[in-house]
Amino acid sequence: MNDMTDGYMTADGRKIGGVVMELKNITLKFGGVTAISDISFDIREGEIRAIIGPNGAGKSSMLNVISGFYIPTEGEVWYRGARRPQMRPYKVAQMGIARTFQNIALFDGMSVLDNIMTGRLTKMKKGLFAQAGWWFTGAAKEEDEHRAKVEKIIDFLEIQNIRKTPVGRLPYGLKKRVELARALAAEPSILLLDEPMAGMNVEEKEDMCRFILDVNDEFGTTTVLIEHDMGVVMDLSDRVVVMDYGRKIGDGPPDEVRNNQDVIDAYLGVAHD
Amino acid sequence: MFYREAGDFKTSYRLDSQTFPIKFDRLRFYAVLAIAYGVIPFFVNDYWASAVLVPFLIYSIAAIGLNVLVGYAGQVSLGTGGFMAVGAYAVYKLMTAFPEVSVFIHVLLAGGITAVVGVLFGLPSLRIKGFYLAVATLAAQFFLVWLFNKVPWFYNYSASGQINAPDRTVFGVFVTGAQTSATAKYLFCLVMLTIVALIARNLTRGTIGRKWMAIRDMDIAAEIIGVNPLTTKISAFAVSSFFVGIAGALFFAVYLGAAEVGEAFGIQKSFLILFMVIIGGLGSIFGSFAGAAFLVLLPVLLKNVLVGTLGWPTDLAAHIELMIVGALIVIFLIAEPHGLAQLWRVAKEKLRLWPFPH
Repeated sequence: MNDMTDGYMTADGRKIGGVVMELKNITLKFGGVTAISDISFDIREGEIRAIIGPNGAGKSSMLNVISGFYIPTEGEVWYRGARRPQMRPYKVAQMGIARTFQNIALFDGMSVLDNIMTGRLTKMKKGLFAQAGWWFTGAAKEEDEHRAKVEKIIDFLEIQNIRKTPVGRLPYGLKKRVELARALAAEPSILLLDEPMAGMNVEEKEDMCRFILDVNDEFGTTTVLIEHDMGVVMDLSDRVVVMDYGRKIGDGPPDEVRNNQDVIDAYLGVAHD
Repeated sequence: MFYREAGDFKTSYRLDSQTFPIKFDRLRFYAVLAIAYGVIPFFVNDYWASAVLVPFLIYSIAAIGLNVLVGYAGQVSLGTGGFMAVGAYAVYKLMTAFPEVSVFIHVLLAGGITAVVGVLFGLPSLRIKGFYLAVATLAAQFFLVWLFNKVPWFYNYSASGQINAPDRTVFGVFVTGAQTSATAKYLFCLVMLTIVALIARNLTRGTIGRKWMAIRDMDIAAEIIGVNPLTTKISAFAVSSFFVGIAGALFFAVYLGAAEVGEAFGIQKSFLILFMVIIGGLGSIFGSFAGAAFLVLLPVLLKNVLVGTLGWPTDLAAHIELMIVGALIVIFLIAEPHGLAQLWRVAKEKLRLWPFPH
């Protein structure tokens, strides 16, 4: 894994490209609490990158740094070869980073279709006055074009039958899937998934794994995911970052991480000296 | 029996996303439009116009405006009366300053001016939410009423402090002033309401509507998926105030004819319109109509029943009427907290399966 300047081949023969995002020496402090201390890693084009670690290790904080919700106290985020200046989260979203949330953050008052259509907001360009005109200003046409794209994702994730259902009425597993659909609708260059399988039964987990792999396969989407289920992480991901107490204790392909003594200690709970 | 979507196949996304996807609904809508434009104007008299129809149309516009802000964008506002006053005084100043311009243009411009004022008072919404925002907009209500009372320029230095609508025409027909016919008043407000309702529907079903609802349902998630909270909230205030301003302009120029700001656009007006929106249904254009109809028609109906049919003295009837309306509001909100629009929705869903509900 040392020579990675132009990417690498995965075990199942997929070609992974160059670096899309690089996090350099990220430190995040909330007052006296250090959530993340001096972590660096990179994310490469087309790979599935997992972040794992025990509870409170700082995984979600890391994801929030990537999605621009937290501004790191120290360190830099490099995106596509340029340093990303400090910016509001909606600007980060417009740059092509989409995410799902640990606690589902769908818009309960809207239908599934409308929720997924919100994923395309960053791509829809018609302004207020064009919207008011609707039939005469091309707003209706734009809506139809984006609806067609959204319908593809609905087909892909097999949620055609709940298209018009208000999100509030859906069971948990389907909500997770709708949230994935909303993130995918943005055609992200990096997709961040915060515990996509939390609270699911085995069958739902299998479905979700299949969707994540299919998405990666079909659209080549770079995916960063946080997950607690070790079986899932080891099967899905190409490279894994392991965090514990805000520090990085391992980074590499699943097999390498699995045999890392620090990682084993962190998970088995060896006393820190 | 006729209310079916089975067999009514949609072959394009445009057809699928239309306002009335069920054929029966669509025909009913056209029928209502045809009656409103083609039948009522020939039968309307002064009593119906001034007691029922014109207030209903104007309050519908105001309720749609407030619904955009409260129901769709989730920003609570108690400043509706104040914003209506801005519309009224704007149209008054425009009518007296540019008598040769059509009053139709004036009303739209008054809406535009109100939009600007609304944006100004909407700026605090970027920092504060919920009840605190309601209090901030309450400040707008009191400030605006105070302003129009204190600065004589707004009422053209008239001795009484009132504003009086001058005679103005649209296509040669008087729509404001003493010589206006009931039909003209009715049609002018109806045209305005149609325009407002269409714009509101177009905005709420598209990109901007989704942004508003995203901010309403979960503002942090909305920002992370790419909604700019600043422009979204400000646009909601602008659009809402535009409609409310039009309603205020019509309320003064067409309905009242003469107005004193504290009386016509006081805090009661803000609450009345907020009640319309809540009773009608938050986040529903139909709900705005239903709420306005409920609160305009019910008192008239009760008065007719109590005084006309039962022969009670007028003063007693007026008090009882207030109590009954209040009680009905409470009962309605307990029975269906999501308003008349939700009742309507449930009824339609039941009707779709009738007479075989399983």
